[in-house]
Amino acid sequence: MAYSEKLIEHYENPKNVGALDKEDPEVGTGLVGAPACGDVMRLQIKVKDGIIEDAKFKTFGCGSAIASSSLATEWLKGKTVDEAETIKNSMIAEELNLPPVKIHCSVLAEDAIKSAIADFRSKQSARRTLASEPEAQGATPRAAE
Amino acid sequence: MAIQFPIYMDNHATTPVDPRVLEAMLPYFTGKFGNAASRSHAYGWTAEEAVSKARETIAKLIGASNPKEIVFTSGATESDNLALKGVAEFYKEKGNHIITTVVEHKAILDTCKRLEKQGYEVTYLNVDKEGLVDPDDVRKAITDRTLLVSVMLANNEVGSVQPIGEIGKITREKGVLLHSDAVQGIGKVPFDVEKMNVDLASVTAHKMYGPKGVGCLYVRRSKPRVRLTAQMDGGGHEFGMRSGTLNVPGIVGFAKAAEIMLQESEAESKKLFALRERLRTRLMKELDEVKVNGSMDNRLPGNLNVSFSFVEGEALMMAIKDVAVSSGSACTSASLEPSYVLHAMGVGDDLAHSSIRFGIGRFNTEEEIDYVADLVIGKVKKLRDMSPLYEMFKEGIDLNSVQWAAH
Repeated sequence: MAYSEKLIEHYENPKNVGALDKEDPEVGTGLVGAPACGDVMRLQIKVKDGIIEDAKFKTFGCGSAIASSSLATEWLKGKTVDEAETIKNSMIAEELNLPPVKIHCSVLAEDAIKSAIADFRSKQSARRTLASEPEAQGATPRAAE
Repeated sequence: MAIQFPIYMDNHATTPVDPRVLEAMLPYFTGKFGNAASRSHAYGWTAEEAVSKARETIAKLIGASNPKEIVFTSGATESDNLALKGVAEFYKEKGNHIITTVVEHKAILDTCKRLEKQGYEVTYLNVDKEGLVDPDDVRKAITDRTLLVSVMLANNEVGSVQPIGEIGKITREKGVLLHSDAVQGIGKVPFDVEKMNVDLASVTAHKMYGPKGVGCLYVRRSKPRVRLTAQMDGGGHEFGMRSGTLNVPGIVGFAKAAEIMLQESEAESKKLFALRERLRTRLMKELDEVKVNGSMDNRLPGNLNVSFSFVEGEALMMAIKDVAVSSGSACTSASLEPSYVLHAMGVGDDLAHSSIRFGIGRFNTEEEIDYVADLVIGKVKKLRDMSPLYEMFKEGIDLNSVQWAAH
């Protein structure tokens, strides 16, 4: 399969590979996909004063999946959470010139972004209500809904 | 010797033409270009003589007693189609049942599907976790309506070598025909149509260092005499079983490839085995969570099919683009489904996605093996550093306990 130069660059030199502390209240974590489907993405954002100051990912998947998550973390950094929510899979697919059979990789990246934001928001609202109703976070990891 | 890039390690897909084969073929494109069916002049006689000699050599390679049992075709897909459809049609008054396995090549499986649409019944036998068929299952599946059993000699993905000799005893005893797609195993593991009671066998030249576009179907002539209905109408070539002007240069190349196999296959298989083991032991020593797919005891010497857990196959192939290999990952196929062969062996979809097939061949060297081992080990480590699954595995999380959102 012939891939675009941008895709190959992101695949060979992926940006922002790594992990953020998922217990940190300022960090939102999204884990989407399934091993049996051949791709799993974990995307994390660290938000300070409403701005995404850092983003990290780890991806099990094909070259397009790795490139899509690398690009997503690049785009997230510096955006507000609301701006981040407007990132669409079609934008990722267009930027990397994904072939039709690989569009699902960009869909997964969008899901990962949404899932990370949802996790961050639920942590924030949990923190606000924490004083009245302490809640323990489940120890088992879970994929995004 | 300097290594040539990309390193070719996909010899189950096809093999390069051996220079000795090419040399033998060349005169038959120009000076000796005659039509083997021309009976009236020397051009035809020369071509016919080359074809007869080729029949003898190829018959010898597979243990056939009569050279006329070799029917030249365009390759194994045609041979498989001719064997199954030809037998099914010819013997349709006698029965309507065919037995095969779930791990056959698509040339067999899709032919069987078409026959089912035409009213034939097909039993698809399962394989064990090593990809092997139980001969007892063949025995149990045979009914009084069974015409033919078709089992491959060796699997193209995982290299499992089927017990054709044992199956042959059963089919002979029960009086049903045995066909074997022998493409992957010829010249690599023992194959003898007489000793193994094989009645029909498909062979192709391009998997044994011969040219593409030529192969044959072995059709037994005595005890029992196998009949089949031709699937192509025309000049009645090849004893009425396959019409079409013979591809004389191809047939000459096919025979030269067979001659080389007759002389060198024993030593070559040992060499391939040594190279395969050199690669396997290094990968397994220097990486954790590497699983070999298929049988270690009954396996093609040059085949190594391995799953590198937590790394996706296509991503790994992109990372080792200096090496030509293939993967059972869905991402490498147009269908987006992982390998049906691995699936049939009970390999989970996650490991199927992580599988790579190395097909080591005649022209691979120790230097190449070492280069590939270094490269693969480095890239698997790099991709695992990027893999959330490997991180979770290292943290002791049971990945099966995670509720994944399938998509």
